[in-house]
Amino acid sequence: MAVKKIKLPTKLKAFSTSLIMLWVLAACIPGLVALTVFFGWGSIINIIWLGIWALLFESMVLVFRKRPLGFYLKDYSALVTAVLLGLCIPPSSPWWLSLTGIFFAIVIAKHLYGGLGQNLFNPAMVAYAVLLIAFPLEMTNWTIPLGIEQEIDAYTGATALDLFRNERGAMLVNEFWSQHSAFGTLSGIGWEWVNGGFLLGGLVLLYKRIIGWQIPVAMLGSLLLMSALFYDGGSSASGGSPFMHLFGGGTMLGAFFIATDPVTASTTPKGRLIYGALIGIVTYIIRVWGAYPDGIAFAVLLGNFTAPFIDYYTQPTPSQHA
Amino acid sequence: MSELIIILISAILVNNFVLVQFLGLCPFMGSSNKIETAIGMSAATTFVLTLASMVSYLVYQYLLVPLDITWLRTIAFIVVIAALVNFTEILMLKTSPLLHKVLGIFLPLITTNCAVLGVALLNINAGNSFVESAFYGFGAALGFSLVLVLFAALREKLNLADVPAPFQGPSIAMITAALMSLAFMGFTGLV
Repeated sequence: MAVKKIKLPTKLKAFSTSLIMLWVLAACIPGLVALTVFFGWGSIINIIWLGIWALLFESMVLVFRKRPLGFYLKDYSALVTAVLLGLCIPPSSPWWLSLTGIFFAIVIAKHLYGGLGQNLFNPAMVAYAVLLIAFPLEMTNWTIPLGIEQEIDAYTGATALDLFRNERGAMLVNEFWSQHSAFGTLSGIGWEWVNGGFLLGGLVLLYKRIIGWQIPVAMLGSLLLMSALFYDGGSSASGGSPFMHLFGGGTMLGAFFIATDPVTASTTPKGRLIYGALIGIVTYIIRVWGAYPDGIAFAVLLGNFTAPFIDYYTQPTPSQHA
Repeated sequence: MSELIIILISAILVNNFVLVQFLGLCPFMGSSNKIETAIGMSAATTFVLTLASMVSYLVYQYLLVPLDITWLRTIAFIVVIAALVNFTEILMLKTSPLLHKVLGIFLPLITTNCAVLGVALLNINAGNSFVESAFYGFGAALGFSLVLVLFAALREKLNLADVPAPFQGPSIAMITAALMSLAFMGFTGLV
């Protein structure tokens, strides 16, 4: 279908899809650098491997559906999915793990629904959830960050969030904190820098107005509120410090890069606040009381699942009709 | 009290009837094309499921157990539930025509909903008391309603998507339901 190009009189320079996607890719760089510094080259190798397969699967589906290859490949959306998945999975994950993931992301979560702009669930998070449920062992073994003394043969282990959840027993937070060198000063060695990197990238996206402020603010705010409410002064039943939750695991990546996906998130201003808050609360619930180490992926999927309903009831009324 | 809350959370999220236990899939697929229909169906199901779990508890404890015919419970529950639903419909028609107009067409459909029989049988298996049974039935119905209404909203959005021809209609709905089930697995271990 040929679309006639019309010059809009109002806006001189609009963001095209490919420009937005390139900005998102660029904003991932600080976080990726932090990941590489602390956890080695694994993430970069994963991203390259995932990127190649993402483009291959995307072209395969486009050929099957007889769509123009160049037009769809040039919007870089498959690459963004690949990069986001590559940032989420452990750096040491085997090649078949990422291959399975990217198949689910591109073919099932994206193209079965008609491709970019029509998918109901965030492709990278569908892939992550599938992998976490199908291969829990591989997905929870993170590379041990630089700067922790370990036995020579130990190369991977649980993340700081996971350690906190599973091995604390009845200890006080401070007591447990000082026993394990993995925790560092705020939220775990390496993790505070990784999250800081994604926060920086996210702020750039906010500044460029590529994402709205509502979802990250609502999500981080509700997560902060929940973790402050249940911090409990660091007692043995505490859910962990607010810092650990804000700068631990995939919080910042989730808040700025994943939950803000314009296709699968809520689209109304009020709806976005509700959507973000819901993701923050569910993340905390799954992290602290659930069975999985990090709740971001499931929380985002549940958010995607409620987004059309939230949109349905938060449609803004035109002011003259109010 | 906290035990009842745990029963509710368990029935709504962790052991959601539709997405985790795969009960009541026919109305889930059949009446989720529009949000309004889904809301009507949810209200009717909530009403019947709560009532049915209470009545089936009474029938089991005071009829089947004393007579020592507990092996007849499946048939007994089916008959009791069908009669109960029909009775409710007639009563509703005579006393509150408005409510009948809202829920009326959905009531006969619910008799064939396997979630209703499922709740009754699961209550017996778990050895729940009368109040616990009522809460379990109510929680199961709330979980069913939540998922049904959200799914209806998703399907309205899905109607606009350019789905490949072999996957149009029920098959993409099934895939969507599977992905929703995947999301609900995140609640594993909460209770």
